[in-house]
Order: sequence, then C-alpha cells, then structure tokens
Amino acid sequence: MRFVIATAALALAVAACGGGSTTTSAPSAKPQQTLGAGEGAVNLVAWAGYAEDGSNDPKVDWVHPFEQATGCKVNTKTAGTSDEMVNLMKTGEYDAVSASGDASLRLIAGKTVAPVNTDLVPNYKDVFEGLKLKPWNSVDGVAYGIPHGRGANLLMWRTDKVNPAPDSWSAVFDPASPYKGKVTAYDSPIYIADAALYLMTTKPELGIKDPYALDDAQFQASVDLLKQQKSLIGEYWSDYTKEVQAFKSGDSVLGTTWQVIANLAQADKAPVEATLPKEGATGWSDTWMVATGAKHPNCAYKWLDWIISPKVNAQVAEWFGEAPSNSKACAETSDKTFCDTYHATDEAYFSKVHYWTTPIAKCLDGRTNVTCKDYSEWTRAWTEIKG
Amino acid sequence: MSLKRSAAATLHRHGRLRLSLLLSAPLAWLGIAYLGSLAALFVTAFWTTDSFTGDLVKAFTWDNFRDLVTIDVYRTVALRSVWVAAAVTVIDLIIAFPMAFAMAKLASPRAQRWLVILVLTPLWASYLVKAYAWRVLLSSDGLLGWGYGLGATVLTLSYLWLPYMILPIYAGLERLPDSLLEAAGDLGARGWRTFRTVVWPLAFPAVVAGSIFTFSLSLGDYITVKIVGGKSQLIGNVVYDNIGAANNLPFAAAVATVPVIVMLLYLTAVRRTGALENL
Repeated sequence: MRFVIATAALALAVAACGGGSTTTSAPSAKPQQTLGAGEGAVNLVAWAGYAEDGSNDPKVDWVHPFEQATGCKVNTKTAGTSDEMVNLMKTGEYDAVSASGDASLRLIAGKTVAPVNTDLVPNYKDVFEGLKLKPWNSVDGVAYGIPHGRGANLLMWRTDKVNPAPDSWSAVFDPASPYKGKVTAYDSPIYIADAALYLMTTKPELGIKDPYALDDAQFQASVDLLKQQKSLIGEYWSDYTKEVQAFKSGDSVLGTTWQVIANLAQADKAPVEATLPKEGATGWSDTWMVATGAKHPNCAYKWLDWIISPKVNAQVAEWFGEAPSNSKACAETSDKTFCDTYHATDEAYFSKVHYWTTPIAKCLDGRTNVTCKDYSEWTRAWTEIKG
Repeated sequence: MSLKRSAAATLHRHGRLRLSLLLSAPLAWLGIAYLGSLAALFVTAFWTTDSFTGDLVKAFTWDNFRDLVTIDVYRTVALRSVWVAAAVTVIDLIIAFPMAFAMAKLASPRAQRWLVILVLTPLWASYLVKAYAWRVLLSSDGLLGWGYGLGATVLTLSYLWLPYMILPIYAGLERLPDSLLEAAGDLGARGWRTFRTVVWPLAFPAVVAGSIFTFSLSLGDYITVKIVGGKSQLIGNVVYDNIGAANNLPFAAAVATVPVIVMLLYLTAVRRTGALENL
C-alpha cells in the first residue's frame, strides 16, 4: 500500500521544487462557513487504496458513484510516503489530502491546510468520539480534518516456529532471543517510538509519557535499545509485500506488522498470528484535510463527507485493512466480523494505541522545561541505528 | 525564398555560426539540465531545512558537511558502498570478459548476433521484477536459500549490471584484429601470454568503460539493498531516507556529493592509466 520505492523519483522531483516561506507560528486561518455548489472537480492526494475507482478491482469503486452523485470529477494523486504528501500539498495544486499523524501537524504548521468546519460534514457526528479533536487532527480545539480510519502496529509471529506465543514486545527486544536473525522491524525513523513505548513499561524511571515526546536521556535509551536489537534483526521491512513474503518463507518469524499484512499472510496459508502486546502499541490514524487555498473547496467538503459515509467508509476500511472511523460503517461491511477483527468499536483496544505523530522540539506531552528530539534528529538516529 | 537563400548563403560563408547553431541544443542540455542540476545539488548542500514545516532555509552553513565528516556512521556507510561497488565490478569483469571474448572471437557471425540479443534480454525486464526474483531465489525456502544481506546485494547487483560490462568489452574485442592473435601465436606466445601482452592491453579501455558503468550504477543503487540487503544500508539509502523520511533535502544533497567525489577520484585514477584516450 505505502509503496515507497516506485514513487521515489517523483518524491525527489517534488522535493526539489519545494521551498518557499519559513513560517512556523500557530495558524489562524478561518474555516469555510457555508457550502456552495460543487465546482465540477476535486484534486486529491491519497494513500494507495483510499480513492479506488475500480481500476484495481472492478468491484472496488467509490469514486464513480461520488462523481455521479455530486458532479465532482475526482483526480487522485497517490502518494507513497507522508513526506511526499506534505510536498505535494505544498504545490497548491490539490484540494484535499489523507494525512497520517506524522504529516498532519506539519501541514497545519506550514499553513498548507485550513481548519475544517465539521458542521459542513454531516457524517462527522457518527465518527467515534475517540478519534475527534485529537492532537494529530486539531490544534487548540480547532478541527483540521475528518478522521478516516485507524490501525495498530501489531506483533506478528509464526505459530509453528515461535513457542510460546508472545504477548509482549520483549519478544523482539530480548537480547537472548532464540529467534536471533529472524526478527523483523519497520524500516522508518518512526519505529524509534516502538522502542520508547516498550521502555515506558520496562524502564518507568525514564519517565516516558508519550513515545513521540522524547528528551535527550529518553531518546538515547530508545536508540540504544534499537542498536542492541539490531543483532536480532533479519531484515527491516518497509513495504507490505516484502513482509508477507518473508513470513511465508520463514525468513522472518517475529516482528511488527499491520492487521492487513497478517490477513494477507494468512490468506497465503502462512501460519501466523498477530496480537496487540500487553505494553500497547504504536499505530496510525489518518485524517482527510482541506488545502488552505483549495480551488474546489465545495467538492472537497463533499468528498470528506462521502469518504466517511457509512457505506463508503466500510468499503475503504475493508479494502485497505483498517478500522473504519464511522461508527455506523460496521453495519455495512461485507464481512460481518470485519469490525471485530479490526477492533473498530473497541475503545479499550485503541486506548492502548499511540498514534503516529510528528516528533517536534516542543515536547508533545506538555513538558516545557526540556526540549524534545525533532523528526530530523530521529532520522539521523535511524541511520546510525542501522549502521 | 530569397530570405531562405540568403540565410543559407550566410551559413555557408560563416562556418562558426553554423557550428554554434548546431551545438547550441546539446550544449544547452549539458549545461542547464546536467551540470545545472549538479550545481543546484552543491548549493543546496549548504542550506538547511526547517525541521518542522519542512521548508528550505536558504542560509549558508557548513553544518551538513561537518556532520558528514564527524559522524562515524556516514564514513562506515560510504566505505561499505565503495566496497560493494568494487566487488560488483570485479565479479562482473570476471564473468563478462570470457563471455565477451567468446562472443567476439569464437562465435560465428550469426551466433554473435543472437548472443548480443541474449545478453540484452534481461534489460527488457523491469529492474524491480528482477530484484524481487532474486529475493525469492535467496529466501530460505527458495532455490538458492542463502538468505539476505550484503552478499546477496552484491550478487543481485552483479546480475543486474552484467550486460553493461559485457557490451563494452565485446565492442572492444570485436575491434581487435584476429591477425594480431595469429601473429602472437606465430611468434610462439601461448594463450596466457597472448592474453597478457596483446588482448588485455588493447581491451583495457573497454574494460574501463564497462567498470565505470558497473561501479557508478552500484554506487548509486538503493533499491536492491532494500529488497535483498536484510538490515544493511548503502549510501543511496541514507540519501533516500533524508529526502523521503526526513524531507531534509540539504543533508541529502551533502551525502550525495560523496558518490560524486568517489566517481571523480575513480575517473582521475583511470585517466592516469591513459585508458580514456583510447575509448
């Protein structure tokens, strides 16, 4: 889904065209007050699988019905990474974006996206309360987007190779692990948060409250844990086909995963299970946001309402493999057990999930006496961890 | 009509004008698109980014290069990348030379054409498909089952770039007159001596040309190592991570100057041998 490789050249080209203003102050733009007639088109930046028009699977199509219902022609630009999304939105060519938490705050700070008037999105009222006005989709109580769906980064293992079944992240961090060389981890700086999350319970004296708000000592402890973990790692994964294949062949027997990967591997007859370990987990929650100078704001709002309408939200969630954001979507899924599999209504489950958020120097957990490590330092550290 | 004729007459009389008109398009391409982007790369390397919004901060600083030199991991990664590129080049040379020699000197003209087509065939398939095919081959339940890592990366890159080594050497050996080999034989030189004193010196510029391809292609690669490299990373991955994950274009540009410098050193060393004059 989040193919990184194929879009690399494009990301590079776009990054080269980036630049511009350097403002970081809090935004003050006003949200749209009324909804007019559609402008006849809408330009979207989306994760693969978020705006399907039937070209991948004729049965999977919620773009054409939208076009028929609203008269807004949908032009989708699929992005491979959060950073590509940020860069694409900066071009000003697009009206709306499905941003993950590690992009949304940057878009807000760069004034690339505007506050969203949730009154203009009728289906917003049915969105799970646990997803509304969260740090990754709002600033000071002002909504900047509509929650799309969510998921957790789970622990997956081969049931025939790993015994007993793990219930803790210690399985991937224990230096004496019998599965040395067969452990896998997510290949991104954001994975440092997984180590921080583990340290929250195993080393409470570090005082980590939020795995995305790490001061010097906390950050160093997390990085050291990952450097030590490297001796256990067989490979780091970044695209899901690679991980499915590694678990199928047994090159990886234990490591982080997404629910959709676990499902695909099981569909491929690989004996795997996935669980939310007792320490909790990191995860993602995507948000549809509207560009500040959107050329087609009315169509963008119509799309926001469309994508979280119960039926479409259920279709997207099932196609992509994540929990829907609309509480009424669960009644519309084709697989009636879908919402149970993805724990869609299980707030206790998601209360243990720390959603991806961009680490910034101003600590996200509210501390003001220390500065936290920002994302560029996380990236440098990730390079050092991999060595 | 008369305008056309007078323009033709002017061009006919002024040879320099004719030449500059002819050369302006390719020179503009070379200057603007090629050298210009390299210059932009160097300039960018002295800037920084606002770490939060990702906007470029266009203020001169040496910070990126200082980090590049003082932090150990970048040296380690750079040396590893050079080592991988060298290993790929040597392996490709060992496989390609006999292959190219057989194609140029032993095969019939008809077979020669087919062999060239066969060597080119892998280039018709997508890079990604070939890399993933090696991933399947090398996985522990695959045909080879050797597992992933730096060795797997070298192997896969050697496969991917082999045609780029075979073709220049084949072209070089084809130009080598058979009479020279016969003369060496007549004068009593055996196979090894003929190779050492006749074939190798004449084919050397072609070998250098091939090695420039395999070396530079390997030095810049970051996808193969992601697919079969297990947990290892090369200089291309550092560049990519700094653009893709961190959106730190200036630091990525600073890192990207490393392979440029390595290639310049390589070309200087090659130039010393005089091989470039005979290309």
